[in-house]
Amino acid sequence: MNTTSNSGLAIRTEGLTRDFSRVRAVDGLTLEVPAGIVFGFLGPNGSGKTTTIRLLLGLLEPTSGRAEVLGIDVGKEAARVRAKAGALLEHTGLYERLSAVDNLDYYGRIARMPAADRRARIQELLTHFGLWDRRTDTVGGWSRGMKQKLAVARALLHRPALIFLDEPTASLDPVASAALRDDLARLVAREGVTVFLTTHNLAEAERLCTRVAVIRQGRLLAVGPPDELNARKGTRAEVRGSGFSDDVLARLRGRPEVTTVAASDGRLVVDLRDGAEMAPLVTLLVEQGVAVEEVRKEQARLEEVFLTLMEEER
Amino acid sequence: MSDVLTVAWKEVKELLALGGNLKGGRLGMIIMFVVFGVFLPLQSGAKWVTSPVTMMYWAWVPLMLVTGLIADSFAGERERRTLETLLASRLPDRAILLGKVAAAIAYGWGYMLVMFLCGLMTVNIAFRQGGLLLFSWSFTAAALVGGLLTAGLAASAGVLVSLRAATVRQAAQTLSVAMMLCIFVPAFGIPALPASWKASLLQAAMTLSVRQWIVAVSAILVLADAALLMAAMARFRRARLILD
Repeated sequence: MNTTSNSGLAIRTEGLTRDFSRVRAVDGLTLEVPAGIVFGFLGPNGSGKTTTIRLLLGLLEPTSGRAEVLGIDVGKEAARVRAKAGALLEHTGLYERLSAVDNLDYYGRIARMPAADRRARIQELLTHFGLWDRRTDTVGGWSRGMKQKLAVARALLHRPALIFLDEPTASLDPVASAALRDDLARLVAREGVTVFLTTHNLAEAERLCTRVAVIRQGRLLAVGPPDELNARKGTRAEVRGSGFSDDVLARLRGRPEVTTVAASDGRLVVDLRDGAEMAPLVTLLVEQGVAVEEVRKEQARLEEVFLTLMEEER
Repeated sequence: MSDVLTVAWKEVKELLALGGNLKGGRLGMIIMFVVFGVFLPLQSGAKWVTSPVTMMYWAWVPLMLVTGLIADSFAGERERRTLETLLASRLPDRAILLGKVAAAIAYGWGYMLVMFLCGLMTVNIAFRQGGLLLFSWSFTAAALVGGLLTAGLAASAGVLVSLRAATVRQAAQTLSVAMMLCIFVPAFGIPALPASWKASLLQAAMTLSVRQWIVAVSAILVLADAALLMAAMARFRRARLILD
C-alpha cells in the first residue's frame, strides 16, 4: 500500500482556501505534514481546523488551492483518500443502538476487511482500550470517555496510514483525557500511523506532537516542532531577592538580549531572547547591589507561544 | 453490490435493535400483523383469496411500513450525528443511498410477505371447505410485484426527502403531506373534471382487462420508482449533506 507521497509527506497543501458565503474559513493554507508523526493542528474555535479536515478528506471542495493526502490528489480521488485514512471527526459518529462490536464490524465491512481479520482486529483494539468486557453492550449507555475510545478504535480499525482526530479529548474529564491520550500515544507508536490531531489542549499537543501548526481565522501563523516554537518565544528568568530599583530595571532593559523586564514584591521577571545566557545579567544585578536569593530559568510553554501568536494577530 | 449489502446490513441491525419501525415500535408492527394477518381475513371469509380489495391491501401495507421507516434514513443519521463519519468512509455515494433504500424495501416487503402468508393461513383455518383456499398465481404475482413496487416508491421518495431534512420529524411530515396529496388530488380532482372528460376516462378504463390494468399500474410504478431514485442520486452531495 502506498502510504506516503514520494517526498515522504503524508499531507501537502498549496494555497488551500475555502469560503462560506462571505466568510473565509481556510485562507491560503500551505502545509506539509511528514509521514509517521503526530501532527498537532492548533487554533481557537472557528479558526478553520474542522474545515481543513473536511477539505483533506474530500468532504468539501476547496474554493481554490489543492491538497495531496498520502500522495493522492484529493480533488481528483477523494474516495481513495477516504479509503486509506481513518477519521474521528467532531462527533464520535457511533451508532448508539448497536453494540461496540457491531459498530466496529460495520466499519470493518465498509473497509472490506476479511471476516477473520476483522474479528481479530476488533478484539485487539477493544482489548487495548479496555473495552473488551463491554463489547456486547449497546454503546448508548456508555460514558463519553468510553465512546471516544471506541471511536478512536474505529478510526484505526482498517490500519490506515493516516488518521484525522478532531479534538479527541474535548468534553472529556481530565482523567478520561489522560487515559485516552496514553492509549493513543502507545497505539500510534506501535502502529506507525501518521496522526493529524486538532486540539485546544496545548499541554496535550506538547506531549503528543512531533510538529505543530497554529492557525487563526483560517491562516497559518506558525509551524514547527513544539520546542522550536517555544524557543522563538525565548526564555523566561525569574529572580527572587531585594533591591530592584528603577535604575537596575533601566539597565536591564538596555541589554540587547533582554526583551521585557517586570518587578514586583521581591520578584523580577526577565524575558530573554532565544539562546541568551542569564549569568552576565546576574553579575550585573549583583554589581548594582541587588541581593539575589534565587534565580530560576525556564523555557516558554506552547501555551504562551500560542497566546502570543493570537495576540500578535489581533 | 457488497457495499450496498453492508449498508443494508447495518440498517437492518439497527432496526432489529429498535424492535420495529421507528414510530410505533413493536406495538405498531403487532397491530398491523393482527389487522392484515388475522382480523381482515376473518372478516372477508373465503373471498379473501379472490377479492381485488385484498390486492389493494398488499400494495398499501408496504407503502405504510416503509413510509414510517424511511424518514429516518438520512435525517436520523444527521440528527444522531453519525452521518459525517459515514460520509468520511470509503463508501461510494450510490452504495450509501441504495443500501438504505434496499433495507427499507426489504423490511416493508418482507413484513408484507409474513402478513400475506398469515392471512392465507387464517382463512384456511377458519373457512376451508374441502380443498385449500389459495390465491391464484396471477393474484400472487401481482400482489408480490405490486408490494415490491409500492415499497420502492415509498423508499425512493423517502430518501429524497430525508436527504435534505434537518430532522426526522420534518422528513416524516413532508412525506405525510406528499402521501395525502397523492390520495386527495385524484379523490377530489377526478370528480371536478368536466363530465365529457370523466366519460372518456371511464370508457378508456373499461376497455382494459384486469391484467392490463395491473401491467399499466406496475409500469407507472416502475417509472416513478426509477425517477425518484435518480432524483435522490442527483441530490446526493457529500458537501451539502454535511453543511445542511
